[in-house]
Amino acid sequence: MTDTLIAGLYREGEPIADTKAPGGDISTKWSTRQFEAALVNPANRRKLSVIIVGTGLAGAAAAATMGEAGYRVKSFCYQDSPRRAHSIAAQGGINAAKNYKGDGDSTHRLFYDTVKGGDYRSRETNVYRLAEVSAAIIDQCVAQGVPFAREYGGLLDNRSFGGVQVSRTFYARGQTGQQLLIGAYQALERQIGAGSVEMFARHEMMELIVVDDGSGPRARGIVARDLVTGEIETHLADAVVLASGGYGNVFFLSTNAMGSNTTAIWRAHRKGAYFGNPCYTQIHPTCIPQSGEHQSKLTLMSESLRNDGRIWVPKKAEDCEKDPRDIPEEDRDYYLERIYPGFGNLVPRDIASRQAKNMCDEGRGVGPEVDGYRRGVYLDFAEAIERLGEDAVRSKYGNLFDMYERITGENPYQVPMRIYPAVHYTMGGLWVDYDLQSTIPGLFVTGEANFSDHGANRLGASALMQGLADGYFVLPNTIRDYLAKGPFGPLDESNPQVREAQDSVRDRIHRIMNMNGTRSVDSYHKALGKIMWEKCGMERTEEGLREAVEQIRALRADFWTNVRVLGTAEGLNQSLEKAGRVADFLELGELMCIDALHRRESCGGHFRAESQTEDGEALRHDDEFAYVAAWEWGGEGQPPVLHKEDLVYQFIELKQRSYK
Amino acid sequence: MRISLKIWRQDGPATKGRMVDYKLDEVSEDSSFLEMLDLLNEHLLEQGEEPVAFDSDCREGICGQCGVVINGEAHGPERTTTCQLHMRSFRDGDEIVIEPWRADAFPVIKDLCVDRGALDRIIAAGGYISANTGSAPDAHATPVPKENADRAFMAAECIGCGACVAACPNASGMLFMGAKVTHLGELPQGQPERDARVVRMTEQHDHEGFGGCTNLGECTRACPKGIPLNVISQMNRDLLRTGFTA
Repeated sequence: MTDTLIAGLYREGEPIADTKAPGGDISTKWSTRQFEAALVNPANRRKLSVIIVGTGLAGAAAAATMGEAGYRVKSFCYQDSPRRAHSIAAQGGINAAKNYKGDGDSTHRLFYDTVKGGDYRSRETNVYRLAEVSAAIIDQCVAQGVPFAREYGGLLDNRSFGGVQVSRTFYARGQTGQQLLIGAYQALERQIGAGSVEMFARHEMMELIVVDDGSGPRARGIVARDLVTGEIETHLADAVVLASGGYGNVFFLSTNAMGSNTTAIWRAHRKGAYFGNPCYTQIHPTCIPQSGEHQSKLTLMSESLRNDGRIWVPKKAEDCEKDPRDIPEEDRDYYLERIYPGFGNLVPRDIASRQAKNMCDEGRGVGPEVDGYRRGVYLDFAEAIERLGEDAVRSKYGNLFDMYERITGENPYQVPMRIYPAVHYTMGGLWVDYDLQSTIPGLFVTGEANFSDHGANRLGASALMQGLADGYFVLPNTIRDYLAKGPFGPLDESNPQVREAQDSVRDRIHRIMNMNGTRSVDSYHKALGKIMWEKCGMERTEEGLREAVEQIRALRADFWTNVRVLGTAEGLNQSLEKAGRVADFLELGELMCIDALHRRESCGGHFRAESQTEDGEALRHDDEFAYVAAWEWGGEGQPPVLHKEDLVYQFIELKQRSYK
Repeated sequence: MRISLKIWRQDGPATKGRMVDYKLDEVSEDSSFLEMLDLLNEHLLEQGEEPVAFDSDCREGICGQCGVVINGEAHGPERTTTCQLHMRSFRDGDEIVIEPWRADAFPVIKDLCVDRGALDRIIAAGGYISANTGSAPDAHATPVPKENADRAFMAAECIGCGACVAACPNASGMLFMGAKVTHLGELPQGQPERDARVVRMTEQHDHEGFGGCTNLGECTRACPKGIPLNVISQMNRDLLRTGFTA
């Protein structure tokens, strides 16, 4: 580890490596690993217990599969039912290399597109496996009764999605996430009914329990709070799986659900799990723009709309206040079609987002002014309606159009929609190896909560694929290698490391409840969000990030003296729940800024102003930054420690992305 | 906008509830109903009064976690979820009465939050297709006629919010259950367990304390996803076919 601080903010430690991926050709690695991973015989499985936190696609699928395999599973979610997890809100679709359209798709092409789309910052081995199991996901979901869109012959329909040139996306109108999640939820409820999974809804993980019995530290359980009674509960097991989703709510305004938070993974980070690429945030190009200060969240419009909608802004700034229907064709700038003729409106998300911001920065944004700035570009269906007819457009996108009208009060069949980028998905997360195991033995991390598959950016319809791949196919196969060495010895609440975890949770709650300050939790959250969006959002500079670190530290110090939470800790207290989550966001936000600061290159959704080509495109520096930044918690008040995992591209050639 | 509110406050499951009056100025008509409650809660906090507890999560009309009775109607005057109801649906100076879902099977937890765990237990009793992971045939092995697929999808749109139960004078969960039975029953994959499914779900439904259906149609009127009443007919037909009598 470096003795002196780098940039005044962090230290550098030993490099890190993924040691579980077998050698050989990329197409045989997963089958080799499955064969080499130890088996657990069915009679022994019921002696082994697993805790799974989160019931989205990754968590529900894993809980259902592990339960059905015969392990004893405890499943946790903060919502009132596992069916509410935020995977439910994904609209567009799920990719799979089925090549049902005969348009040249294959496992290798899905792998290639995903690595390229991730701007060469994801791990080759994990992504190949994702592409490999993708086809089985569709089979599994269809068998469960997921009502994917079908053609008149009764076979499944596909469409294409941003950033790719084949039709490999399976969808269920604009509600694909909902239908996939309901499939996984029903599989989970089946196991709950059968008694193999015990469900704890309205429970929040507050702390990870790590126990060292002399053979090294292991994750052995969690401390959870029953959100209804306020009781602090201890749950022990042989392994813990975090499937708790992303942390985009660090920005306050995002497309995430209100409750989406970082607490589960942040608590684990503080206990020794490294955090990979925290600054990699995906900005989604097609969200409904902010209308005012009252707003609590942003709503995404499926990017499938870009298949038929044409994106434009007025050529002249003085036209921005006009009714768009009064702006003639020659005065419109279809800027994506102009700049990227090969991909047009279907360029990847990061490019579509940044160009929308550029147009608004140039003063050609449309819609209401918020803080003196118009945040919006048109997404116009007039041509599609003329070409296909209103009924055809309605049958394809009807529910999205209805949603848009409900939120904005405007009819998108008549007036072009307005869209603007918003924080959508976090590609960073806890560092995991090929087995999805974190740097804490026995702690596994799946779905959006881990970092491995998406790199610096994410293609459309790939998050649902990763969630289900991890939950149904990857984790159940890799975790058995770990569990085969268990059970890991008896443990009860009298163990000092267990008690320490419980005490730290009680102390923290006590501290929050007794602050008696004057400022609401939400006001801190909004202030943090503003700093993050302005300085660690779509465009970043060294200077801005340094300011952000200072501002976050000051805000955090103020939080811990002046936050106000009323009521009691014994019972339902939503302000207390929020306070704990925001406290963790206030620590994570700083790490995100430090990570963004040290990565002096532009890649994916992350545009570093100091690193651009002559024509303003993002400029990557593979010679310096082709690595995963895995951050170790340095201790309370201590700087974090950076461990680098080199990204080795053996099967794909590193290239600058160009969609021109 | 200026709004007067009457909100049900209840400290816990065992305590008695009461209606409390509040006033709000400067409500944006572009804000959602829940953002209006967020604003109220910020004011309450400033005044040292505990904020109103209410459930919400995705706030985009799909997770099903939000839901209150507004002026006597589940989810309020528009056919949508509470989170997608906007203040432009009300007029300046309106009085709005807000209560939790009303049903014996949905006990109140606090203020506007209720326990809808009974709906999960109905699904656990049989609202699924048994398909173990990893053993599924190729997705194209079983074609599904488009009409069936579309009807299955229509029924699968149910978000499990419980508005149907809250709107029904008998607090019946038949629309929720009918939606699931129809979704799975329209698909070839759902046939092997079709009879067992409807019987087991119905037994659980009655056991949870939901009432029977008398075809009033309040459920479908309140349903934010427009699940039609005929899913209940389909469920009853399936039930009759099995010879089940509750």
